[in-house]
Amino acid sequence: MTEIVDILISASFWAAVLRIASPLIFATLGELICERAGVLNLGIEGIMVFGAFAGWMAVYAGLGLWPGVLVALLAGMAFGALHALLTVPFGLSQHVVGLGITMLATSSAYYAYRLALPEVTSPPRIAPFQPLHIPVLSDIPWLGQALFSQTALTWAAFGCAALVALVLYRTPLGLAVRAAGENPQAVEAQGLSVAAIRMGAVIVGSGLMAVGGAFLTMSAFSSFFFEMVNGRGWICIALVVFGAWKPGKALLGALLFAGFDALQIRLQQTPMGQVVPYQVFLMIPYVLSILALILMSRRAEVPAALMTPFNRGER
Amino acid sequence: MTETKEAQDVVLRLSGITKRFGALTANDAISFELARGEVVALLGENGAGKTTLMNILFGHYTADEGTVDVFGQPLPPGLPGAALAAGVGMVHQHFTLAGNMTVLENILLGTRSLWTPGLGRAAARRRVQQLSHDFGLAVHPDARVATLSVGERQRVEILKALYREARILILDEPTAVLTPQESDALFETLRKAVAQGLSVIFISHKLHEVMAVSSRVLVLRHGKLVGEVATAETDRHQLAELMVGAEITPPAPAEARPGATLLRLDKVSTPARGNRTGLRSVDLELKAGQILGLAGVSGNGQGALADLLSGLETPSAGTMELAGAEIPRWSPREALAARIGRIPEDRHRTGTIADFTLTENAVLESYAEAPVAKAGWMDWSAARRAAEEIIETYDVRCPGPETRIRLLSGGNMQKLILGRVLGAQPRIILANQPVRGLDIGAVTYVQQRLIAARDAGAAVLLISEDLDEVLTLSDVVRVICEGRLSPEFPRGSKTPAELGQWMAGQGFDDAA
Amino acid sequence: MRLDPITAPSPARRLGLPALALGATVLVAMGLALIAGADPLATLGLILKGAAGSKFALLETLNRATPLIFTGLAVSVAFRARLWNIGAEAQLYAGALLTVVIGTQLGLPGPLALPLMAFGAVFAGALVLLGPVLLKTRLGVDEVVTTLLLNFIMALFISYLLEGPLKDPMGMGWPKSPALPRDARLPRLIEGLRLHWGFGLALISALTVWVMQTRTTLGYEIRATGLNPEAARFAGIPVGRVLVKTALISGGLAALAGFSEVAGLKGNLTADLSPGFGYTGIVVAMLALLHPLGVVVSALFVAGVFVGADSMSRAAGVPTYIADILLATALLFMVLAILLTKVRVVRG
Repeated sequence: MTEIVDILISASFWAAVLRIASPLIFATLGELICERAGVLNLGIEGIMVFGAFAGWMAVYAGLGLWPGVLVALLAGMAFGALHALLTVPFGLSQHVVGLGITMLATSSAYYAYRLALPEVTSPPRIAPFQPLHIPVLSDIPWLGQALFSQTALTWAAFGCAALVALVLYRTPLGLAVRAAGENPQAVEAQGLSVAAIRMGAVIVGSGLMAVGGAFLTMSAFSSFFFEMVNGRGWICIALVVFGAWKPGKALLGALLFAGFDALQIRLQQTPMGQVVPYQVFLMIPYVLSILALILMSRRAEVPAALMTPFNRGER
Repeated sequence: MTETKEAQDVVLRLSGITKRFGALTANDAISFELARGEVVALLGENGAGKTTLMNILFGHYTADEGTVDVFGQPLPPGLPGAALAAGVGMVHQHFTLAGNMTVLENILLGTRSLWTPGLGRAAARRRVQQLSHDFGLAVHPDARVATLSVGERQRVEILKALYREARILILDEPTAVLTPQESDALFETLRKAVAQGLSVIFISHKLHEVMAVSSRVLVLRHGKLVGEVATAETDRHQLAELMVGAEITPPAPAEARPGATLLRLDKVSTPARGNRTGLRSVDLELKAGQILGLAGVSGNGQGALADLLSGLETPSAGTMELAGAEIPRWSPREALAARIGRIPEDRHRTGTIADFTLTENAVLESYAEAPVAKAGWMDWSAARRAAEEIIETYDVRCPGPETRIRLLSGGNMQKLILGRVLGAQPRIILANQPVRGLDIGAVTYVQQRLIAARDAGAAVLLISEDLDEVLTLSDVVRVICEGRLSPEFPRGSKTPAELGQWMAGQGFDDAA
Repeated sequence: MRLDPITAPSPARRLGLPALALGATVLVAMGLALIAGADPLATLGLILKGAAGSKFALLETLNRATPLIFTGLAVSVAFRARLWNIGAEAQLYAGALLTVVIGTQLGLPGPLALPLMAFGAVFAGALVLLGPVLLKTRLGVDEVVTTLLLNFIMALFISYLLEGPLKDPMGMGWPKSPALPRDARLPRLIEGLRLHWGFGLALISALTVWVMQTRTTLGYEIRATGLNPEAARFAGIPVGRVLVKTALISGGLAALAGFSEVAGLKGNLTADLSPGFGYTGIVVAMLALLHPLGVVVSALFVAGVFVGADSMSRAAGVPTYIADILLATALLFMVLAILLTKVRVVRG
């Protein structure tokens, strides 16, 4: 127990929580936008992989960090556009298309990586985002290191959560997105295009997923590894359910989840880690995700039209 | 500047509207005009093309031929947004509301450019409250739509149109889900709207309503406009003839000879599920050779009672007896074994499997028994024979038993279900909205079959939101409201208005 | 745009569109080769040659197809019931695990060991899918995410076993299990050919599944449940139980892939036993339109692409990941093509 307390009072633990949460926040928000509009996006895992690769590759090829993020965003949006085209106007199975997109995006990233770097055994590094020094705040003892030693991309993740909440609940656009996921007929009858709203949501959401992936290579680590996303996308889908499709709760879920993840990494270094195999620690995120789903199974308010395609004028 | 007064008064003009769905011509060269401040009734049987015509006007469908002019301007086809902008508002038969959002949010949806930063809720709320007051449409702007009653939801739909300053209001079968009293309130709202210069198209197949509310009647039959008469110069009789092409003779069942009680519910309650009302301490007896009609506004526990008899729901309190014996376990299979025949409310979602063939659908309830199955193996030739027999006996029009059932019309689909259910010679028949959406021929056919089953000794529970249908067929009527049942009213003992009061919930506490 | 159903699609439409989808995939392959600086036609030729150009290549393809037939069947059985089993990978490893444990730890003679290994594998795979399915039927937990996450949990569990209790003491430190004894391995299908009985078992499984789906009441129940669970439940089909039975069959089939790989090909369990056979099974099943016999054909096709790409890569220097890209595009093109055989895109 004392080990856990030691970990919890260390500033580096809290810094790690925010860092681990960041990619999850981006991708969870992205998935949340898609699902709020009525589209389950199982392309998330692959889009994160591609985002991680594209952002990193862009910087490696000489672009700046922010342009790199932009490249990842646009790449994600491109895969999102493909997903949206197939699932919205054509109404194809969101399960099959999503898994197909994941396979396509993942293998495209690996293919491009091998083409760009045919011979290397260990991937080259880039200069990643550095922690942003905030005057006064970052200099507060303990707190400064714990909460205010993050990169700009982490701050952007939190900003994104606020922005998504604001748009969803306080703007005509958000109203349309929420209605599209609940009853597309309502959207159609008010003169809006269900297809446009859903496609837009999937494209924007996919862009955010890719930025989440890019965080891994451009802020958390500095190179691209195969399997580095490692199921984070699927975890984000669980987080959307856990967050009851609400951005604020999803953000909290991501933080909670990151807390457990940061804790298990540190516990591996303690005497406990000598006794318990490290695989058990690594299982914790996945087990927690399943538990989160079970916990929310009875309560969650699923968007009523989630996974229901809409065909105009269907009789 | 030389426009005549008459031209100014025409707010809407449909010219030569034609719409085909495959081989079916849903609308055949329909033309008419709507003047300022009038209520025009669009009368026709189910399948006559009324809803299709209005969906074209509103932009849900694109017409194959013909044009629509609103206030003298041609309306671009296929864009609900254009119709809304031109001042056309539509209240759909199936409400188009998002249940997870508030009344105000539903009204605001699509009223501002998507890229504006705010919603302007405060000002909008004031306007909605003003409109509610002016038109007699009481509903709380901040209530979540999912919590509203059917009547309230309809008010939200009308408010949506009024908020957008619609000058032309289309209402598609608006009274189908209302009590007679709620219908009267709706008519009052329409009168207020007309007084303010709005024009109304009122779609219905109910003659008395059309007579009560409209100034002019357009009659559609088989997609064609077959009559246009001033309401003052016609009567129900003439309208009925125009509507079906012949005089309607509703089935007149002979006096019932009720026999033994086949099913008895004693203080049965079922849990509420989501927005669905449960049953509250319901007593019910179904007798052999009797049709018991259950009237009520939709969503008042009909679903729970139907599920209970179907085997999908079990009582959480009280007892359920079949032929005098309490049921031990209860599931759809047990219900079938107890020879309860079930005609479900939704033939597309519950009654059939769209991508199954007629053969596969015909054995849906008997697939596990001989002769269709032996020791876990399907005998497809036996199944096909069963399907062919239903097709033959019940006059199901189809290319053959290997056709996928999704290609059949609603009437033929319902005939297959009827054949499947009645072919098993049930002792108790649950008929939940058995004729909804069917054309007059199919309606009569289904109703006659139900009466024949009654005469053969079956106990029939008829659930319908259409009070006229309940009154036509039932030997005994009961009303359901908020999960409670009224006493039994023998045929002819209550007027529709009196039943309407029960439907609105009056009388239950006195009776209890 | 709007989609209008076509009541009676012409044969040209029904055959032409899927052919077009495959054609488009070939074009993508040529494009990818071009990007890699290789000659597109030569690349195609090399893939074809690598997949079926020699007896050796053909046998390699058949061997690679074997686990894919099993996982493809597993997915097709589950998807028919609209049970989204994305966890064939985990079930495969569970099967492989039991195969190795029974084969190496019990010391049974071969004729007894092999059936028991297969039985154990099926049991383990079924068990792995049972959890997510019970969560679905009892609590309404979406099975897509749970089965996906179980893949990761299973991979870690296997990794733990291979580094711990199940580690081969003779393995020179490598994380691998002890090898199966000679007589606990699947014999060759035909003497002298490098093709084991796993392939035969896969064909028998496909045939059995086909008969089950078309001729038995269970098959009818599964199809009804998949097409419309609400109507199925109303008609008295015990939907929950049908899903559980489906899961047991599906999980068992996926586990047989693990059994066949270990007992037929590898002889022991390693963490890289499956290069994603479970996930590829989804492509196999979808390309086969979930038809059990079609699964055999599409597994051969998919295996051919992999084997061919491997061999082409060595010769032409185009990364092997081209195979994965091609299968993903084939999947997406194919589902679109199949849709377009049934509907027409109209304006408005």
